[in-house]
Amino acid sequence: MPKITFIQHDGEEIAHEAENGLSVMNIAVDNLVSGIDADCGGECNCATCHVYVDEKWIEAVGQPHDAEEAIMSLNPDRKPTSRLCCQIKIKDELDGLVVHLPEFQF
Amino acid sequence: MSETTKTAEVNSSGAVDARTSMVGKDPYDVPLVDYDVSQRELFRSNTMWGFFERLRKEDPVHYCKDSEFGPYWSVTKFDDISAIEGNPGVFSSNPSISIQDPLENFKVSMFIAMDEPTHGNQRRTVQGAVAPRNLANMEGLIRERVCTILDDLPVGETFDWVEKVSVELTTLMLATLFDFPMEEREKLTYWSDVATATPGPDSIIKTFDDRARILTQECAPAFMKLWQERANGEPKFDLISMMAQAEETKNMAAERPMEFIGNIMLLIVGGNDTTRNSISGSVLFLNENPAEYDKLLANPELVDTMVPEIIRYQTPLTHMRRTANEDFTFQGKDIKKGDKVVMWYVSGNRDGDAIENPDAFIIDRARPRHHVSFGFGIHRCMGNRLAEMQLRVLWEEILKRFKKIEVVGEPERSYSNFVKGYTKLPVRVHPI
Repeated sequence: MPKITFIQHDGEEIAHEAENGLSVMNIAVDNLVSGIDADCGGECNCATCHVYVDEKWIEAVGQPHDAEEAIMSLNPDRKPTSRLCCQIKIKDELDGLVVHLPEFQF
Repeated sequence: MSETTKTAEVNSSGAVDARTSMVGKDPYDVPLVDYDVSQRELFRSNTMWGFFERLRKEDPVHYCKDSEFGPYWSVTKFDDISAIEGNPGVFSSNPSISIQDPLENFKVSMFIAMDEPTHGNQRRTVQGAVAPRNLANMEGLIRERVCTILDDLPVGETFDWVEKVSVELTTLMLATLFDFPMEEREKLTYWSDVATATPGPDSIIKTFDDRARILTQECAPAFMKLWQERANGEPKFDLISMMAQAEETKNMAAERPMEFIGNIMLLIVGGNDTTRNSISGSVLFLNENPAEYDKLLANPELVDTMVPEIIRYQTPLTHMRRTANEDFTFQGKDIKKGDKVVMWYVSGNRDGDAIENPDAFIIDRARPRHHVSFGFGIHRCMGNRLAEMQLRVLWEEILKRFKKIEVVGEPERSYSNFVKGYTKLPVRVHPI
């Protein structure tokens, strides 16, 4: 099972095992990772599961799609590494993935 | 009410408009083809539920051929609302986000009623003011004000919760967000009410012209003065300073006065009516559901999940409206370019296919934020966490002081098809 590490804005790290096919958001919500609210339930529609993908993982995770970009671009704290984690599907290649949780989502 | 009841309303031209009212009728006695769920009296009498329920079951994307607001589509299911909001290229927010078109002689513009890229550019300017990070700084101030309001409540008397708590708290909050002079804060509530009131003999505005006059001659100059004072001042986290200093918006007041008024109105109304009515609703719902009230008293930590449930159950704005930019087939219905599409949040939030046991008020739901009260997508409410924080702090402090806020009379509801709220809620408070 791929392992995903969430790093809180204050530096606290927490890692969880994840099932392929689910999204990174699912893993966060199922494990009560604070800072990921996912109000809309994974529809790329509420922007409450914003994460900063660790630099080393940008290429593996890939770029946001158009609808995701549209909603993230409204956020003044959007960074080049931003993704909505409901749109990141878990697969073997993402074993070890590290995402950072933004302060603004607390 | 009799079968021949007519609605009589003063429309924008001052003429009396008479259409067959659905109030008092059985939803199954009115043919679907004659359905018009925009009738304000349905909301004042709180009798719209059965009509929406039938629409969800039998004709979830419904065309109303004639209403006070002209023909319009009703979208009533949770997932359909989300799909329309997720397609802003086809379903535009311009020229209006409510079923009521902009007034001919008072065409303001505001970013909620704009499309990209202008909407995003302007929204980004003010979003930071209500971002969770900034809210943490504000929470202490809000708590202080909540405590003052609660400590001053008249124990042993019947009083109006709407006036003494809901209005007072949201007004203080607005004054804080705008850094508006505290001693003049009632003006904010007054202007907000002017901006949304339906004109009529008993209303605070008699005609739509009154609205235009009050907002352009009283509200706009007051904000213009603050704007000019702050344009070159210290960078601060109030909404006026942020807009007056940001590149995207700093020339608005001087160059685009109707946009200036429009955005001020948006921010006043957005932070006022909505939270005010959720605060009133929360007291009503707990009284209507004594088992839930008991649960809360036994476990005050349930405030966290109760707050989003209050916002779902209240649905403080009944709808948002879009306008089709092009012909579009949606759920088998042919929506034509230029058609009005009304997304009834009040119905989506009671859609059993999206929310389990949707007609029940349950303060410990598993996924309480799964509702459409804030909308979805790029126009989703940017004050959502602020609204939740106000409600949370209020109930945390209520539970420290009172064993019950008892509703002792019938609530009076707003005469509006947009703002779903209360004008009166008589209560007595029982200290611990």
